[in-house]
Amino acid sequence: MGISVSLTVNGKAVSAEIEPRTLLVQYLRDQLRLTGTHVGCDTGQCGACTIHLNGRAVKACNILAAQAQGAQITTIEGIAAAGGELHPMQAAFRQHHGLQCGFCTPGMVMTAIELVQQQPSPSEAAIRAGLDGNLCRCTGYHNIVKSVQAGAAAMKG
Amino acid sequence: MNESIIGARIERKEDYRFLTGSGTYTDDVALPGQTHAFFLRSPHAHAKINRIDTGKAKAAPGVLAIYTGADLPDSVGGLPCGWLITDVGGQPMKEPKHPLLAQGKVRYVGDQVAIVIAETLNQAKDAAELIDVEYGVLPAIVNVADARKPGAPAVHDIAQDNTCYVWALGDKAAVDKAFVMAAHVTKLEFINNRLIPNAIEPRAAVANYARADDSYTLHVTSQNPHVARLLMTAFVLGLPEHKVRVISPDVGGGFGSKIFLYAEETVLTWASKQVNRPIKWTAERSESFMTDAHGRDHLTAAELALDKDGRFLALRVITTANMGAYLSTFASCIPTILYATLLAGQYTTPAIYCEVTAVFTNTAPVDAYRGAGRPEATYVVERMVSTAAREMKISDVEIRRRNFIHEFPYQTPVALCYDTGDYEATLAAAIKLANVAGFETRRREAAARGKLRGLGYSTYIEACGLAPSNIAGSLGARAGLFEAGEVRVHPTGKVTVFTGSHSHGQGHETTFAQVVAGRLGISIDDVDIVHGDTGRILFGMGTYGSRSIAVGGTAIMKALDKVIAKGKQIAEHLMEASAADIEFKDGKFMLPGTDKQVPFAQVALAAYVPHNYPLDRLEPGLNESAFYDPTNFTFPAGSHICEVEVDPDTGLTRIVDFTAVDDFGNVINPMIVEGQVHGGLAQGIGQALLEACVYDRESGQLLTGTYMDYALPRADDLPMFKVGTEVTPCTHNALGVKGCGEAGAIGAPAAVINAIIDALAPLGVRDIEMPATPQRVWQAIQSAKKGKQAA
Repeated sequence: MGISVSLTVNGKAVSAEIEPRTLLVQYLRDQLRLTGTHVGCDTGQCGACTIHLNGRAVKACNILAAQAQGAQITTIEGIAAAGGELHPMQAAFRQHHGLQCGFCTPGMVMTAIELVQQQPSPSEAAIRAGLDGNLCRCTGYHNIVKSVQAGAAAMKG
Repeated sequence: MNESIIGARIERKEDYRFLTGSGTYTDDVALPGQTHAFFLRSPHAHAKINRIDTGKAKAAPGVLAIYTGADLPDSVGGLPCGWLITDVGGQPMKEPKHPLLAQGKVRYVGDQVAIVIAETLNQAKDAAELIDVEYGVLPAIVNVADARKPGAPAVHDIAQDNTCYVWALGDKAAVDKAFVMAAHVTKLEFINNRLIPNAIEPRAAVANYARADDSYTLHVTSQNPHVARLLMTAFVLGLPEHKVRVISPDVGGGFGSKIFLYAEETVLTWASKQVNRPIKWTAERSESFMTDAHGRDHLTAAELALDKDGRFLALRVITTANMGAYLSTFASCIPTILYATLLAGQYTTPAIYCEVTAVFTNTAPVDAYRGAGRPEATYVVERMVSTAAREMKISDVEIRRRNFIHEFPYQTPVALCYDTGDYEATLAAAIKLANVAGFETRRREAAARGKLRGLGYSTYIEACGLAPSNIAGSLGARAGLFEAGEVRVHPTGKVTVFTGSHSHGQGHETTFAQVVAGRLGISIDDVDIVHGDTGRILFGMGTYGSRSIAVGGTAIMKALDKVIAKGKQIAEHLMEASAADIEFKDGKFMLPGTDKQVPFAQVALAAYVPHNYPLDRLEPGLNESAFYDPTNFTFPAGSHICEVEVDPDTGLTRIVDFTAVDDFGNVINPMIVEGQVHGGLAQGIGQALLEACVYDRESGQLLTGTYMDYALPRADDLPMFKVGTEVTPCTHNALGVKGCGEAGAIGAPAAVINAIIDALAPLGVRDIEMPATPQRVWQAIQSAKKGKQAA
């Protein structure tokens, strides 16, 4: 039996009939085909599915699509400028080699942007603490930390 | 070569798509009419399957088909093992059948029992709950130490003592003799802790059968799609190889765990014809924990004989290695060929003997995980060296220097011939970068705060660039280990390169493009690298063992040589000169001593518009391919220095500084190389301090099956790293490169544990088991205190 949801995703109003047990991440990936939001663990541990819900970084595997009724959602696909120019945080990740396989990257970028919005000049320790909910197996976090520091500076600029 | 591109920190070409969410990973693939698969897995570590009733499940909404092991036709074989190890007695290793779906018995928690295919994933999951399996639970064994005990339950009928093989390397008699002469003998026992690889992208597959031309297309999370296709078609399903296309699109990390052919993608491929629909399967993280091939899991006793000056006379290593319940694709060669051969390390130890017993247990298969055998060897050697130094009151640095190899090529007593290296240079650079000179001051400062500081060394070597096929073949490899590359020059001079290497984070699209742009003297923007598709790439052995640049990159260099040679013949015609006199430099064919020159793009155009062209002796077109089979392994080596601070009240270890100076030969992109080192260090530190795969000894249940129980390193577990490189170019490949992907994971564990021992040695602690959790460290401190009191 379906239920209907209406929300705004990357500035576009969308609505759909969905199974009540549909997770937000399943709705984004499978129905809207926004596959930049990844699923790495199904249990809210890895953070690869992080999106912004009403401006806050949220793990999209941890809420039902129905709970996002009326919400403003931004996914990684909605971060760069309309013309394709990277957001300063995305550009910082590229410049500082803050990504390797790219799988955790969308979640990292979404978390990092919100982190800097909350703390415009985060210390290294604050960045490491702030990324605690996002797992990366490739980078050892070294260059992610550098990227977030540079992204924070660029976002002020 | 264009020096400004080779060796430059160029931003990665692949990053834009990853940063904008426009990569294509296997789970992102959605085919029209796609169905979904769910695997019903064993909840028991060891059980007979008495009965499976799928009746109710087959009638559930949306279900297309359910298959169990009994439904597979006799023509479908088991998953093969790609490396034959021969026992000390001359017998082949025991190779029990590894069925795609359990037949008669389940042998580890997670063993696949049935596949359910339905219109939606939820329908498949719901139906799986309706399958009724009657198990006859059997006793299980999970630990290497238990596997060969009298009365231990047999995992396989054909190996009643659970022994896959007993294998040995080295001169036992010479080692025995050296121990008699020794002034000092250091003995230690080690557990190399079992690890779960945990690429953040779970394994996934989408299989599609096309009745129109009786062909298959498989998208799969693989590090080596051609190998997956070969194994699947020739050894398991009996399908015509040319009718199967395997695509490994963007792959979210591998670390070894995606080298292997797994049951899931193989069953999916077979079943896609049965249901005549595309089928998708993506592992849940709990399935990754249970069924991705695990790593390490050794139990080792080692003895090092030294003379009175601390020079190594002989090393004896006796290891038992866990294979898990079945032999995974390369399982058998990891604790043998890639382990015992590395026991010389960076040292001149004249006699080495290693004996390895591989055992079956009721656990997930164990296979290559970042470093694969070499971290285990390095851990043994470097822990032994530092322990011997402490016992003989020689410094960590001095004992290493007294035993370093200084002359190359160097033939070790364990089969390898190191071509080049400079171990003094990496050690000296690391000592400087780590500011070892200031350590005693830092130690005193920490002591004043009640903290214990320690400094640990690990001077490792690895054998990479796998591998000379004839040598590998003589050692039991059932495959070649060359690499293939194709350079397609387009009429406008733009270039597409097809490589058999596979990138799943390593940045080949950039590094390989730098190699090509540098050699051809063209812009990196004019070069694209294509990988991961058997339908587009001529052949490939894939990416593992830090082989991509050394073997795959050299194959591309060979193809580039052919392009340039042909280009010279075209230029000869265009310039009316002799090809022998023509030089290719900075993207131009030129005749030295004259002003005659033809740019690369003009030669390319002439090749495709051959109006003014030597058609009588030269084919049109500019497209060359090459296969490269290396003549030796490459030998990256380096010095890692770890500084820790231990809180004796809590046992918590903090890594305050980690320095790695590595010799990877020539470096194409330092930024990418540093990133590879960082990632390797994180996995090595993870093994040393955090990660452990634990099975319950009685029930065989996996106790570390989630990120709540398995401590994957998080951002706040790790420091910023200090990394540097020293260069001795590899002597036997055109780029002078050695490979960098595994170094961090190989060198780091011993450096971390040696540092902790250094911190705790004043309290009397001599050994600590990995991972050195706060509980273990605290316990070691308490035990040492008690021991001192008792003494």
